[in-house]
Parts: sequence; C-alpha cells; structure tokens
Amino acid sequence: MLRTFKIGGIHPAANKLSANKEIENLPLPDSITILVAQHIGAPSKVIVSKGDKIKVGQLVATSAGFVSANIHSSVSGTVSKIEMVTDSSGYKKEAIIINVEGDEWDESIDRSPKIVANFDFDAKYISNKIVSCGIVGLGGATFPTHVKLMPPSGMKAKVLIINGAECEPYLTADHRLMLEKGEEILIGTKLLMIALGVEKAVIGIENNKPDAISNITKLSEKYNDITVCALKVKYPQGGEKQLIKAVTGSEVPSGSLPISVGAVVNNVGTTFAVYEAVIKNKPLFERVITVTGKSVKNPSNFLVRLGTPVGNLIEAAGGMPNDVAKVVMGGPMMGKSLTSVDIPVSKGTSGILVVNEKEGHRNEIENCIRCGRCIEACPMGLEPYLLMPLAENKRWDDMESLHIMDCIECGSCTYTCPANRPILDYLRLGKSTVGTIIRNRK
Amino acid sequence: MNSSLIYSILTISLLGIASAVILYFAAKQFFVYEDPRIDDVEQSLPSANCGGCGYAGCRALAEAIVKDNSLEGKFCPVGGNDTMQKVAVIMKLSAPASVRKTAVVRCNGTCDNRPKISQYEGAKSCAIATLNSGGETGCQFGCLGFGDCCVVCDFDAIHMNPATGLPEVDDDKCTSCGACVKACPKMLIELRKLAVKNRKIYVSCRNTEKGAIAKKACTVACIGCGKCQKECEYDAITIENNLAFINSDKCRLCRKCVSVCPTNAIIEENFPPRKTETINEETNA
Repeated sequence: MLRTFKIGGIHPAANKLSANKEIENLPLPDSITILVAQHIGAPSKVIVSKGDKIKVGQLVATSAGFVSANIHSSVSGTVSKIEMVTDSSGYKKEAIIINVEGDEWDESIDRSPKIVANFDFDAKYISNKIVSCGIVGLGGATFPTHVKLMPPSGMKAKVLIINGAECEPYLTADHRLMLEKGEEILIGTKLLMIALGVEKAVIGIENNKPDAISNITKLSEKYNDITVCALKVKYPQGGEKQLIKAVTGSEVPSGSLPISVGAVVNNVGTTFAVYEAVIKNKPLFERVITVTGKSVKNPSNFLVRLGTPVGNLIEAAGGMPNDVAKVVMGGPMMGKSLTSVDIPVSKGTSGILVVNEKEGHRNEIENCIRCGRCIEACPMGLEPYLLMPLAENKRWDDMESLHIMDCIECGSCTYTCPANRPILDYLRLGKSTVGTIIRNRK
Repeated sequence: MNSSLIYSILTISLLGIASAVILYFAAKQFFVYEDPRIDDVEQSLPSANCGGCGYAGCRALAEAIVKDNSLEGKFCPVGGNDTMQKVAVIMKLSAPASVRKTAVVRCNGTCDNRPKISQYEGAKSCAIATLNSGGETGCQFGCLGFGDCCVVCDFDAIHMNPATGLPEVDDDKCTSCGACVKACPKMLIELRKLAVKNRKIYVSCRNTEKGAIAKKACTVACIGCGKCQKECEYDAITIENNLAFINSDKCRLCRKCVSVCPTNAIIEENFPPRKTETINEETNA
C-alpha cells in the first residue's frame, strides 16, 4: 500500500538519467572557493588568513550563533585569498580561496572503509559531534541539523522520518547513497534517534526507486525500531510537510513547525553525513552531486569536494553541451539558475542540471483564464491564481491573510499553468516582502 | 375622485413627512462639526491623491493641516510653493518656503558602459529580478532596467530609454512625490535639490566595491579615488565605502568635480557647454 499526501501534487517526467551510475570521485580541482554562508542562519566567521597551510577537514570558519554552522576545508593547500565572490544567490558573498596542494587529511579523521555498527554514544556526544562537524540539511535547505535535534521547550519528538523521497526530477544522489551506503544510513538513523530521544524511525522512499526500497528494507530488518515506508511517486513528496502527512497521517498546522506534531525530518544525505561525523570523526566537506541533463554526454553522480567550481563537474560529465540554455544548481523545479560556471558547489548543492534550449524554452505569457489548475496542484492548499495579482498590486496584507507564508516554493503552480504565467516569481516576492513586514512588527 | 387614490396620496405624503421629521431630528442629534477650512484647503490642493506629502490623500493632508493648525512639516510636492501659499492664506499662517526637488537616477550603467554577462528570463519586474540575482551585469548595485519606477509614477515623469536601458526623469513633470524612490529595489533614485534652469550635479553610481572591481564591471563607475573631494571648495563631497556622494544643499554647481573625475562618474545636467569644448569645435570646423 503506497502512502502519499492528500492535497495537490504534480507528475513531472522523472528523467532519472543517472540512476544507474555508481558514485565516482571527482578529481580534485586546482583551487576551491569555500563560501562562509552555506547554511540557513548567520554566516560563519573566518578563522584563517592568507598564506595559512590547510589540511583536509580542518576547521576554517566557525559557527556564528545558535542557528549557524562550522565550515571545514575540503582540500589541503594554502589559503590564497579571502574575498567576495558571486555565489548561487547571484550576489557576492565572503569566501576563502584555497590553492590545492596534494591531498593531506587531518589525522583525526578515520579513513578506513570499515562499517562500525556497534557504538555506545549518548545523545549529548552525538549532538556535539554534529555541531563540531558542521552538519546541515543536505536536502537543499541546509538547515543546521543540531537545531532540529533540540526541540523548543514544551515540544517533544515522537518519530524521526528519514527523507529518501528525492522527488525532484533528474536528481539521483540520494538514490545512489541508499544503494551504495545503505548500512551507513541505517546506523546514521540510529544515531539520530538517540540524539533526538525517539523510539521510532521511518525511512520514506518514493516508489520509483524499487531497488533502494528493497535494499534499505533488507538492511533495516535487524533494527526493530526502523521501518521503511514506500511512497507514491508524486512531486513534491519530499517536502517536509508532505512527507509527514504521508508517513504519519498528521498535518502540520499553518505557520507551525513539524515538531509541533512530534516529527523531525532529515534527508538521507544528512543521515549519512551524521554517520561519518560520529563514527569516523569526519566533518562535512564533500557530498554526492548528480550532474545531469538531456544533452549531457555522461550523466553521473560524483562525490565532490565542496568548493569545486561547477564547471569542473560539467567537464567530468562529458563537457558543456553545445545547446546549453542554462545551468541549474539543484533540480528543475526548485533549483537556482546560475550566472556563471565559476560558482563553487556548496553544502546545499544536490545536483547540477544542464538545461538545453529545447527544454528551457519559455512560451509567451498569457492572461490568467481562471482554470484553477494551480489550486489543484498546490500541495499546501493555497490559491496561486489570486496570490499572483495580489503581489503585482502590492497588496501585502491580503497576501498574509491568504497564507502566503505557508508557500514552500515548490513550483507546482507554475508547472501546471496553461497560460505560462510566472506565478512562483510573484509568490516569492510576496513571501519576501510579507516576511520582512512580519519581522519588523516584532 | 377614487377613494383609494386619495388614501394612496395621503399615505405616501404622511410617510414622507414622518421621514422628514425623523431625519431632521437625526441630523441635529448626529451632527458632526467639521471645520469649514478643511474643505477650503482641500479645494486648493491639486487632488492628485499621490501620497507625496506623506498623508493618505489630499483630504487627509487638509485635515492634518487644520487639526494641527500649522504648516510645519506639511508640503505638497505636486502643487509646490504656489499651492502652499494658497493654503497659507486660507489658514492665515505663513507658508514655509521649500526647495524644489526632483528625482535623480544615480546609475549610468548603459548597455555600452556596463556589458551584460548573463541573461535573466524571469518575470520582468525589478522587485522580482533583485531577489533572483544582482542583475545581468558585473555590477550588482546598478539599475536592473525593468522599469518598476516607471510603472508607479502618477505624473508621467519617468520613462525607460531603450537605447541606454536606464530610466530618465522629466524634471518639469516630476513632483518629487517619492513613489519611484520607494519602488527601486536598488535604492538608486534620490530626491535631490533642483537648481535654476533644472541644473544638477550628482555622482551617478552606487557601487561600494573597491575601485578596480567596480571599474571592471562598468567603465563609468565611481572608484572612490577622492579626487572630487580634494577639488571641492565647498565641502560638499563625502567618500564612504569606495563611493563619493555630493550633498546637493552644499553644492554650488561649480562643476570642478566633474572635470577631475577620472571615470566620468559625476554627471552635470542642463549646463552650457564648457568654453574649451566650444573652441575645439570652432577650430575643427
């Protein structure tokens, strides 16, 4: 019996071109660019200077508050400069540039491939390790993981949900992790359960990954408190609130956090990073990234050192196609179109999608015909056809009362619109403006 | 005569008289006194209801003037000094003279000066484009070119020039209401003092990056070199964060800063051509 969320959702073509490609190590670049803002929250503080010698896994920027994270170097070499570089946001942000020399790792990291399943760590140890290793949500939102493990007072977690949905078309990084690092993911799940203090964990996987479902189910048999839940294939099944609804049946109320219904959700990539951090003492400095696209010669899944320029990934996948229209960091639904291929990959980069001219072609914008498809598609139960003209006319108070802050920016409305209206652009404007108004009220 | 006709006429008439009496007493009971000057002041205002004065429409400004019984801090930029004089006469107060201002777009990043390095395909609105990235050029401070400022202008005073990709202000139509200032997400537009013959001098750049980086993105960027500040005899120029700013109240329009700026970042408008230029034209002819 496949579980799913009740309202909204769309069925874009999956295009999982790289689903059968094993994870390969991407060759080291000549230099890396470590952004100090790779997570939600305060940007980290740089603690190195020009000329410093750095080892792989060395702490180079420290957390700047509770909602912040440590950042570690992914290469060994010398700090070349600390300057402002353009990142995926389209604006210049502070970054550390390191010239790569060799591949010398910090001695404290355990590089042996042996999988350690027996351990005796308590919640505090695990939580501290997650903080010191700079673990953030690798699903793309990059929310500092330790914050999720510390619910606000009065709220208690009842179930841990591991997000193996990977509902975005084209992306296969989580899929490959579940096939190749399944055992480690389960140990990571157990570690998170201890840190959170819950007795139940469910791993949700979309049904278009039957091999992952069977592998994880087999591996989870020895854990009687971890179950696998097969999910109906529907975008955005990987959205936090949609996943919670599908797995537990509970709906997170408007304006509330998942913890209010006792659920905490973590991505499989994050879970794997937790295993590496706690068991192998390895900080977060590399991750699996899918490089894909219909015109890409070899769509692949690479294990990439963070800070590598996007251009290097595309080269390794067969080079930039001739009919490229745009390069997207992330998936086709929620990814960000890049202004340059020199932009470095960061903790939140789950994939690089090269969109060709045919696929990237935008049709002419026409008038809204009140067909209602956007309302049918919205997984949060909003009314995009109404929110868009409200944003155009700057009616921010009306947008707030129509729950614009509940929008998860999934793009389903824009995908289904037959009049090719750029609905999400205006919803984002509304969210940004209303968010500022709400913050200024306090 | 038909008796039903007489009864109808009587009934309606009595209803009418009864209503009139009720209304008469109601009007007396619920009467709201309104200072008759409010109507007079409102009549003398331009009725543009643009909000440029900071109040919610012309009636609101009139009410505020009469309630406070003062013209301090109350100025209608659309009507200008003439309108405020009329209001002063009605209120039997003295009108504070206000300086004429205009909107100035502080960016000269035309298509020639500031080449494009990427292409934006989202919704054509500056407010949305600014959420997406720093623009299509190497300067993330400059004009995005989608005309949000033009859309909000009630006075037809600002339009996009397709040749340069930048907005241009018509000083004669601009009422300095401030709508375009609020609309620009890059905060490029400033209300500056407008001198005689619509003359003005301003630094047409808002880029705070180091000079070399700013110049790489745009040939007429302000590099914060400070030559203008050294040249200015009236202490009108300040340099902060690699960017020069001319205080329009202190500026005496001598144009010395314009001649020394190495990148031509300072713009002078509506001045006669300089003497040296005229001589060159004559010898070339």
